Amino acid sequence: MTETYLPLLVAVPLLGALLAVATGLASTRGPALVARLVLGVQTLLAVWIGGTALAQGSLSVAVGGFAAPYGIELVVDGLSAVVVVLVAVVSFATLAFVTEDDPGGTAFYAQYLLLVAGLSGMSVTGDVFNLYVFLEITGLATYALVASAGTGRSAVSALKYLLFGTVAASLYLLGVGYALVATGTLNMADLAVELARVGYDSPLVLASFGFIVVGLATKAALFPLHTWQPDAYGDAPDSVSALIAALVSTVAAYALLRLVYTVYTPAFFDAVPVARDALVAVAAISIVVGSVLAVAQSEVKRMLAYSSVSQYGLVVVGVAIGTPAAVFGAVVHLVGHAIMKGGLFVAAGAVADLTGARTVEEYAGLADRFPVLGGASAVLMLAMVGVPPAVGFAGKWYIALGAVRAGTWPVAVVIFGSTLLTLAYFALLVERMFVAPASASVQAATDGGSDDHPSRPSRRALALVIGAAAVALVLGVAVTDLQTALEPTIDTLLSQ
Amino acid sequence: MIELLTTKYTYLTVVVLLAIGAYVMIESDNFVKKIIGMNIFQTGIFVFFISAAYRAGGRSPVVRSGGGGGPFVSPLPHVLILTAIVVGVSLTAVALGLVVRIYESYGTINEDTLEEVRAND
Repeated sequence: MTETYLPLLVAVPLLGALLAVATGLASTRGPALVARLVLGVQTLLAVWIGGTALAQGSLSVAVGGFAAPYGIELVVDGLSAVVVVLVAVVSFATLAFVTEDDPGGTAFYAQYLLLVAGLSGMSVTGDVFNLYVFLEITGLATYALVASAGTGRSAVSALKYLLFGTVAASLYLLGVGYALVATGTLNMADLAVELARVGYDSPLVLASFGFIVVGLATKAALFPLHTWQPDAYGDAPDSVSALIAALVSTVAAYALLRLVYTVYTPAFFDAVPVARDALVAVAAISIVVGSVLAVAQSEVKRMLAYSSVSQYGLVVVGVAIGTPAAVFGAVVHLVGHAIMKGGLFVAAGAVADLTGARTVEEYAGLADRFPVLGGASAVLMLAMVGVPPAVGFAGKWYIALGAVRAGTWPVAVVIFGSTLLTLAYFALLVERMFVAPASASVQAATDGGSDDHPSRPSRRALALVIGAAAVALVLGVAVTDLQTALEPTIDTLLSQ
Repeated sequence: MIELLTTKYTYLTVVVLLAIGAYVMIESDNFVKKIIGMNIFQTGIFVFFISAAYRAGGRSPVVRSGGGGGPFVSPLPHVLILTAIVVGVSLTAVALGLVVRIYESYGTINEDTLEEVRAND
């Protein structure tokens, strides 16, 4: 019964985008209202469908009545349920920060809703070509949103992102082409069967795996394919950085997880161990290099962006190791990272609004002036480092546990080392905020020296940062419940 | 070698197009040329799909009433590529829009000049 409403997850934000454009013609406040309304509906829908999928097992629907494998199938299993709910909730929450912070406008809200449509589509589709289409919808909306800051810098970053993103999606498409040539099907469940029949050592299958992984790894910003990402995150409007840092690469990483386990299946890794080893190696290098680059940054938004390179490395390492604990850890870290990084970008945006501070040095003494904002973002940073009981700890713990159980000790060492590096850059920021004497820009705000800046953080931004910190802590505690809910899904994925 | 050229020439075209597209994107300093390179790269992939759909002696997949009349060329990749072309056109439009914005802000569409302009800021 519930599955008949599944296509609404994509259709609601898509139609909402049109509605935003239509109301934009009539009134200037219309699009913001429409976006809030549509994403509210989307959140309810996602929670309802996701909850049903977690409780009853996977739901699927054949779009337009064309049965799989010929038609396009939409599938929600436990894993996609988590991602769909994450997308809906985070985009709805971030919207509060947008109305406060950015000029907005009709085009902005329409793109915002299109982005949500693309991300939801990527999460629920059961067809590899359909995934490509949603990947490009997501991409187009993201490029436009990055450029919506209106500065020359943001246009350059968006163009760079566009060139990288298009090549990545094209490589993915080429991989899909190889799989199509090998099997003649595009449905994920069907591909799993057909690829096994063709044989995992077939050059066509190996090539398709290679192209698909490189394409999605670029979208998820693994080293050395990450170079678009710090510019895009750094130069986008603050609310957009929060949104895309939380969701866009997250859903790309989810797509990688989905393809590796639903399409290629663990049997592929067993047949071609070099594929697994290569993925583990690239991800491990990402973890280390991302952290090292983050330590070297002086600008806060860029530091957070490089930190993402390292965190997605952790997620992919979990995916590649492929024991139940490691895959569960990857999912937890994916969700946790989205919430923590989204919250930190909102905090960075709020600080920039308040004081104009954008570099680590300028953050000096911030917590004296804004104790609540400083405290909440410090909690988020420590959660990111992996201080228990926060969700950052839970994710890393399960991935490390999976690595140790699988006998890949070097990975556990890398995870531990990267935690120290993460501590290095976040501890520096926390030290600046709480211990160092106030910097000139904070001083100016304290003395009321510059009238451009508000004297208190906006209530909405504050609520978002505190909310993210609270969710990060609660999720860390509730992780065993999540494990119970996700266990059947992960067992099914890994037993194929 | 000759046999490869005469029977698999569409796949060789794919390789050549992908190589030219990637080379132009990496090597050119001009943003518009980079976008042209991106288009050539994508076209290479389109040709790959269309080549894969080909069947020796295949006809266009229009089944007469009563069936029969095969073998047919596979229609699926053609449909997929129609979608991919639309996506490619949209991407090109957005990219060119961004180039216009860059030109308005910096007065150049050359990557190296842009670096210099930014360094002077």
